[in-house]
Amino acid sequence: MKPLLTANHLSVQFGGLKAVNNVSFEVWPNEVFSLIGPNGAGKTTIFNLISGLYRPSAGFVTFEGEKISHLAPYEIARLGIARTFQNIELFEHATVLQNLLVGRHCHRHTGWWQDLLFTPRVRQTELQFRRTVEEVIEFLELQHYRDSMVAGLPYGVRKVVELGRALAMRPKLLLLDEPSSGLNVEETEDMGFWIEDIKHDLGITVIMVEHDMGLVSRVSDRVFALNQGEELALGTASEVQSHPAVIEAYLGGTEDDGPPPSPRPAGGGDGGPPPGGGSEHV
Amino acid sequence: MRFLFKTDYRQDLRLFKHGGQVFWYGALLLALAAAPWLLPDYWVSQLIFVCIYAIAGIGLMVLVGFTGQVSLGHAAFLAMGAYTEAYLQSHGWPFVLSLAFSALVAGATGIIVGLPALRVKGMYLAIATLAFGFIVEEGVARAESLTGGNAGKMLGSLEVFGLPIDSDQRFYYLVLFFLVLVVLGVMNLLRSPTGRAFVAIRDSEISAQSMGINLARYKTTAFALSAAIAGIAGALYAHKIRFLSPDQFTFLQSIELLMILVIGGVGSIYGAIFGAAFWIVVQQLIVLAKDWLPPAIGQQTGLQPTVFGLILVAFVLFEPMGLYGRWLKIRTFFQLFPFYRKGLFRRQKSYMKSERLK
Amino acid sequence: MLQFLQLVASGIAQGCIYGLIALGFVLIYKATETINFAQGDLMMLGGFLGLTGTLALGLPFWAAFAAALLVMLFFGMALERVVLRPLLGQPAFTVVMVTIGVGYLARGLVTMIPEWGTDTHVLPVPYKDQIVSLGGNGTEGGLIMSMEHVVVIAVTALLIVALYLLFKHTRIGIAMQATSQNQLAAFYMGIPVRRINMLVWGISAAVSACAGLLLAPITFVHANMGFIGLKAFPAAVVGGFGSIPGALVGGLIIGVVETLAGFYLPEGFKDIAAYIVVLVMLAVKPNGLFGENLRKKV
Repeated sequence: MKPLLTANHLSVQFGGLKAVNNVSFEVWPNEVFSLIGPNGAGKTTIFNLISGLYRPSAGFVTFEGEKISHLAPYEIARLGIARTFQNIELFEHATVLQNLLVGRHCHRHTGWWQDLLFTPRVRQTELQFRRTVEEVIEFLELQHYRDSMVAGLPYGVRKVVELGRALAMRPKLLLLDEPSSGLNVEETEDMGFWIEDIKHDLGITVIMVEHDMGLVSRVSDRVFALNQGEELALGTASEVQSHPAVIEAYLGGTEDDGPPPSPRPAGGGDGGPPPGGGSEHV
Repeated sequence: MRFLFKTDYRQDLRLFKHGGQVFWYGALLLALAAAPWLLPDYWVSQLIFVCIYAIAGIGLMVLVGFTGQVSLGHAAFLAMGAYTEAYLQSHGWPFVLSLAFSALVAGATGIIVGLPALRVKGMYLAIATLAFGFIVEEGVARAESLTGGNAGKMLGSLEVFGLPIDSDQRFYYLVLFFLVLVVLGVMNLLRSPTGRAFVAIRDSEISAQSMGINLARYKTTAFALSAAIAGIAGALYAHKIRFLSPDQFTFLQSIELLMILVIGGVGSIYGAIFGAAFWIVVQQLIVLAKDWLPPAIGQQTGLQPTVFGLILVAFVLFEPMGLYGRWLKIRTFFQLFPFYRKGLFRRQKSYMKSERLK
Repeated sequence: MLQFLQLVASGIAQGCIYGLIALGFVLIYKATETINFAQGDLMMLGGFLGLTGTLALGLPFWAAFAAALLVMLFFGMALERVVLRPLLGQPAFTVVMVTIGVGYLARGLVTMIPEWGTDTHVLPVPYKDQIVSLGGNGTEGGLIMSMEHVVVIAVTALLIVALYLLFKHTRIGIAMQATSQNQLAAFYMGIPVRRINMLVWGISAAVSACAGLLLAPITFVHANMGFIGLKAFPAAVVGGFGSIPGALVGGLIIGVVETLAGFYLPEGFKDIAAYIVVLVMLAVKPNGLFGENLRKKV
């Protein structure tokens, strides 16, 4: 079996700051791969490197064996990599249905002149798009919100809509940036079920950045811990949690045998700010 | 309140969502078609201007309202359309061809003007388009062999497929035809992937590109389409006025188009049409009011800018969704009566979401 | 060579005017992230106030100058309170449109005020028609500048120093800086953000009025003189919107290029030189000379 995605000695620098330093990993088809680490560890930066928003200063990313680091974000999306954002980037002044339909954009075959005339071909693809989107709506139980404007929706629902938009792409790889942040306990539970279903039923590979260790240990096949842009540990959730370097990074102490990061850090529902401070925005 | 029971996805793709809409739009079209027979010539002439402004407004709406790109130089596209039409007509091109070519030239200009949009956003883009507007204005004045320069350029009488368009009545039908065409085209666009891509770019560029939308391509498309529609409006304007000079296509003209959108309501086709109608009506009211006002106010050239300035400020402050928003509120009020709440359409306030980071 | 220097000198004087208006833009942009399209019209109002001060009220020129600045300071603050404060937190486009409306209103209303009207007026200044010669020996071979130009440069320099001191060394200036960096944080730190914004609008209006009063002796005072503000946009962009020294430098660049283009290039280029410069700048360095480069984080 070949890995679906590989990161090869990825590094990126902002000014003097090495946000990601020589990070390598492989993600296998149909697994849930979690990135954990304190704030500022470079998790979101790795996402931005994969989806093409940043260019690596060294190293590269491959997807299905091809190098993708030189591609523009929209080209990477077309290869079948979808993502969500930490702070929800939905199309605010459009309905949920329209947001999800944008997710089908990669699969359009018509040009603007055909759209202008709304040719039968456009009509046909629109109907196809709609059917796919309705499947996603059913999967995520969004029926009730189908025609609501995103701007008026509660945070928890938006988070689901964003997941739906990514799923509407029918991606091969899904990048979830803190899927549980801002969700309450119940909503986080649901998110966990969905991620499991996405893996088992839809067969989509998931890379996830997450602070909620409960969710991470529940859904992840493998966990990759990093701190200050560098790899700390790689393994199953329990292996990583008991890894001394991880414990040290979270607790910041030098003493041996500190307790591992609790399954549900302080703050519970919203993922909680693990110690380490600083901004996650990197 | 009307409830729609949908049984087929095709229902959501229809231009008219229910029978009532078909009826009312049909009635409106009929009334517009009958207008030349019922109204005095002067008003027909004003209706022509409403249609032309509405076309130009819809063009700008595609860019500003749907794609979220600002243009302060839209008069340049009007000018490109108008002068191309005048030039080609004087060289004997038939109307259908020359109009299509005018739209094409304006659209091509739009692509050039849109180039900065690939690199800069917001205020910087506004200033880039403003700069292009001034350069085109100056270019038109200097290219005397093509445009007649500051002395102006006359247009001959118009003929479409051998039919002379020699009265305002006939010209009105021509303009109305193009307005309907443009409205249908833009509505089609909005219910298809291209329109959704525009809206996606407007609301979040970052996630638009992560959804596979090629920003450069769609921004350029938006500029080209918007400019081409403005070019059609410009060509029609040229035939209505029959005399072109550079001072008809100034920065102020670009600003007026934006004002039309804001007054009508940014973000919907209705907005452009309502705004255009309102604009012409107010202009006529000002002309009427001049006789009633004391000469110190009424006879001043400043009367029109004062009134427009006042209206614009009032709209932004008290009815930011424009005339279309006002209409929605009134309609909702009656539909929900007596359960309408005052805050139903209230704007969301954000404490300065920094534009610098967009 | 001397001719060239001569052109540069008058370009600098013209550039100071652009720089001052651009400064007005930048102050407001820094505080509220919107562009005030009525900036040129505020300048025009300043010119007219100076006119009324000297002619109708018979004040000495510099007294009228100071009075006009003071009136415009309060006018700017009132404008913020009445028109702009209700729009706090709205998208930039909304605010831009409202300032466009204010500009229309100002241009229209001015024509209805008796004594102001649609005519062009001459603002009498004590330093009219004087000439300063720099360098050379006596009157020959030196750089000759009209006193109007010298005053423009001198007053601009003074104003810049005053603003610099205000921003760097007073509590209120530091509060302004904090507000422009992060409104919400400033608000939580107990800085009266709204009052600061009001003050910024006041200062911006006063700076524009100053530009108007300096420009008046060179051109004339009339209702449409505010359109010169449209050339100050390019100045602000070239300097990098959001940078105060940038505004001035940008103004100087635009002023000098324009003057040189007017002399060395065919007719017509003078009027669009500013716009060509800004387009080149946007193509080469979109953030301007002193601009900050920030990108959205996700």
